[in-house]
Amino acid sequence: MRKATFKIWRGNSEGGEFKSYDADIQPGMVVLDAVLQIQGEQAGDLACRWNCRAGKCGSCSAEINGKPKLMCMTRMNTLPENEPITVEPMKAFPLKKDLVTDVSWNYEVKKKIKKFKPRAPDAEDGTWRMSQGDVDRVQEFRKCIECFLCQDVCHVLRDHHKHEEFIGPRFLVYAAALEMHPLDTENRLGDLKDESNIGYCNITKCCTKVCPESITITDNAIIPLKERVVDEFYDPLTKLVKILRRK
Amino acid sequence: MAEYPIFEHDVLVIGAGGAGLRAAIEASAAGVSVGLVCKSLLGKAHTVMAEGGMAAAIGNVDDRDNWKVHFTDTMRGGQYVNNWRMAELHAKEAPDRVRELEAWGAVFDRTKDGKILQRNFGGHKYPRLAHVGDRTGLEMIRTLQDHGIHQGIEVYMEVTVVSLLKDGDRVVGAFAYEREHGRFRIFRAKAVILATGGIGRAYKITSNSWEGTGDGHSLAYDSGAELIDMEFIQFHPTGMVYPPSVRGILVTEGVRGEGGILKNSEGKRFMFDDIPDLYKDQTADNPEEGWKYTQGDKNARRPPELLTRDHVARCIVREVKAGRGSPNGGVYLDIAWIKEKLSNAEEHIKKKLPSMYHQFKQLADLDITKEPMEVGPTTHYIMGGIRVDADTQASTVPGLFAAGECAAGINGANRLGGNSLSDLLVFGKRAGEFAAKFAKENDHGTIDDSQVSEKVKWSLQPFNNPGGENPFKIQEDLQEMMQDLVGIVRTEREMKQALEGLTKLRTRLANVSATGNIDFNPSWHTALDLHNLLNVSEAVTLAAIERKESRGGQFRDDFPLKVEEFGKVNFSVKKGDKGEMEIKSIPIPEMPAELKQIIEELG
Repeated sequence: MRKATFKIWRGNSEGGEFKSYDADIQPGMVVLDAVLQIQGEQAGDLACRWNCRAGKCGSCSAEINGKPKLMCMTRMNTLPENEPITVEPMKAFPLKKDLVTDVSWNYEVKKKIKKFKPRAPDAEDGTWRMSQGDVDRVQEFRKCIECFLCQDVCHVLRDHHKHEEFIGPRFLVYAAALEMHPLDTENRLGDLKDESNIGYCNITKCCTKVCPESITITDNAIIPLKERVVDEFYDPLTKLVKILRRK
Repeated sequence: MAEYPIFEHDVLVIGAGGAGLRAAIEASAAGVSVGLVCKSLLGKAHTVMAEGGMAAAIGNVDDRDNWKVHFTDTMRGGQYVNNWRMAELHAKEAPDRVRELEAWGAVFDRTKDGKILQRNFGGHKYPRLAHVGDRTGLEMIRTLQDHGIHQGIEVYMEVTVVSLLKDGDRVVGAFAYEREHGRFRIFRAKAVILATGGIGRAYKITSNSWEGTGDGHSLAYDSGAELIDMEFIQFHPTGMVYPPSVRGILVTEGVRGEGGILKNSEGKRFMFDDIPDLYKDQTADNPEEGWKYTQGDKNARRPPELLTRDHVARCIVREVKAGRGSPNGGVYLDIAWIKEKLSNAEEHIKKKLPSMYHQFKQLADLDITKEPMEVGPTTHYIMGGIRVDADTQASTVPGLFAAGECAAGINGANRLGGNSLSDLLVFGKRAGEFAAKFAKENDHGTIDDSQVSEKVKWSLQPFNNPGGENPFKIQEDLQEMMQDLVGIVRTEREMKQALEGLTKLRTRLANVSATGNIDFNPSWHTALDLHNLLNVSEAVTLAAIERKESRGGQFRDDFPLKVEEFGKVNFSVKKGDKGEMEIKSIPIPEMPAELKQIIEELG
């Protein structure tokens, strides 16, 4: 059986270091399997989050050889064989312990986004009619498993620490899913401009690259939202019409 | 206990999957204060793994469907030991619960005329499962989560409940720890709802995450509540079998609903060989008819791959045992074959089963549009659980309610796919409603300091056994034993061996040791969870020994047939006066004439 060396970050908010562990590698193994093997046999107090083992819950986010990934979906045979594999926590959030970060900020941000507000039902029995074509885009956004890897890699959050001002790609996708929901009647464009500061995003597309659900975050969610904000607040023609209407 | 913070709520919900979230939403809508405790982060519960859909007789795809047919299907699937009142309420109320999700923002797949689309699933006579591709559970949990966060519910993430607290007979709160620093917490509540899901981690091959350790079952049992139907465990027929590290991960029944077929190593479609009498009239007798059914032909009968899960799982075991299995001990599930029928098969499969495509591509290097999958049974769901009143979801202990997988009754001996998500909604709502009512009618009870200090001492014990047993090793040994001795095919001799094994494991558990300090320490968490796993494993084994017949999720090699007498009872497990597990049979109440008539006419 092949062995691999893992350098795993051990520590808490006060500091830490990489520690080396060897793991037995079986065919088809993913990084999470190795981390759990190390936890079970060598380091019982190694903290990590995981749940579904199938890329559906978004719990086991980490940085593997420096790349933000889900540990459960990163197969060992996609990593170089003869060098140690580094596993460390996400960087855009405060560290709790080892591979576990404090992601509570994300939950607070979501609460501030205006909730879904449907139009009156279309049919007498209280139901709505929507064509599949009209919901395809929203369904893409709703695939999000909230792993927060897009937040982790966003330089506005990771490097510039603008958590107080900017909501990050995850919640721009969330806002887009609401704004483009065929039934929704709420308007979030003002908030997106002033509270969420959508303008901070300069479309480097790093978020799209790391999304394990392959959501086209930038092209399908953020850019159309930016366009809507521009149309609403910065379009000279609209502005003129608004001024004239006010008179 | 002054030294531990007390959090006070009218209703405390333990568990934040579909049932817990739905219960919390309903209770808070009734105007009471609600606390919601989850073992993981919010939105990560096992509900996200539900793939196929939620069953509700909306009749959008086939207007012959109605609650009576759904009720009949559920009772037949459960082999008539279900709580018929729960099956009735479930069938009647599921449509409203599904529509409600749409009003809260869920985006289901659509029919051509813009309604919620429904798909075929095992044991359901008509296409009945509202769905979103094969990620319906995620859609459901996210919808409930995003609706719930605006309801004023207090959410306690990464908090694990160790024990319920009682004032006399009544449950009045819970003792818990938070993960980050292992600090203890006391929750004081007028009513407590358990919605903790399943017990899959008692088995080696399972679709369940680390959380499925039977916490609610065990908390209820330890506080004096009855558990019923614990012998009925659903082994889902199609889990992944290769590579070894993904063994057990679920492959949705939706693959078969979309036309996927099961074949053995000889290339034979073996499900046609064994169609139970109960289902002969409803099942296709040739491949062409089965294919037509999956494509919506209302005159066709369903293919045998869509027989109930218990039966399909056993047929797979039979093929493997007879030496006709795949190289890694499973059989083949083939959806790629539909290219013979559809010109755009590849695109169609990716659209209908996107996460299955993704899962196999990434985890097994296999393209399901081109090659068959290797699959085999995986421990998926427990039909048994906390005995509840059908209408109110009240357990047999005052102040304690339960909903979802940890409650029992609706599914009888076998659950139909798709009935779980709708069960979570229907009975989550009811639990929330009636727990809120109970909270309004009762004051807070008194927290007994001695119960708390006893639990503190018990919880810290793993730190006082230096050099003792590794909790992960005990868990592994338990899983291997339950898999081998109380698995899909059971005998009295092996199960008695399992009981002896459980006694030994309890002795080892007393000497379990956590390594490191109390901060976010999985070895400590696992050590505490093991108590629950051992409780549920014992309950499963005792009940399975007692039911000397084969029915649904229970298959006895020494009693391979169904026995009429056992069709009239449920087995109940309760903690005796001396702390030992007591089992008794309780008669199933007579079904009212109007329900009997429905079954006679439609069954």
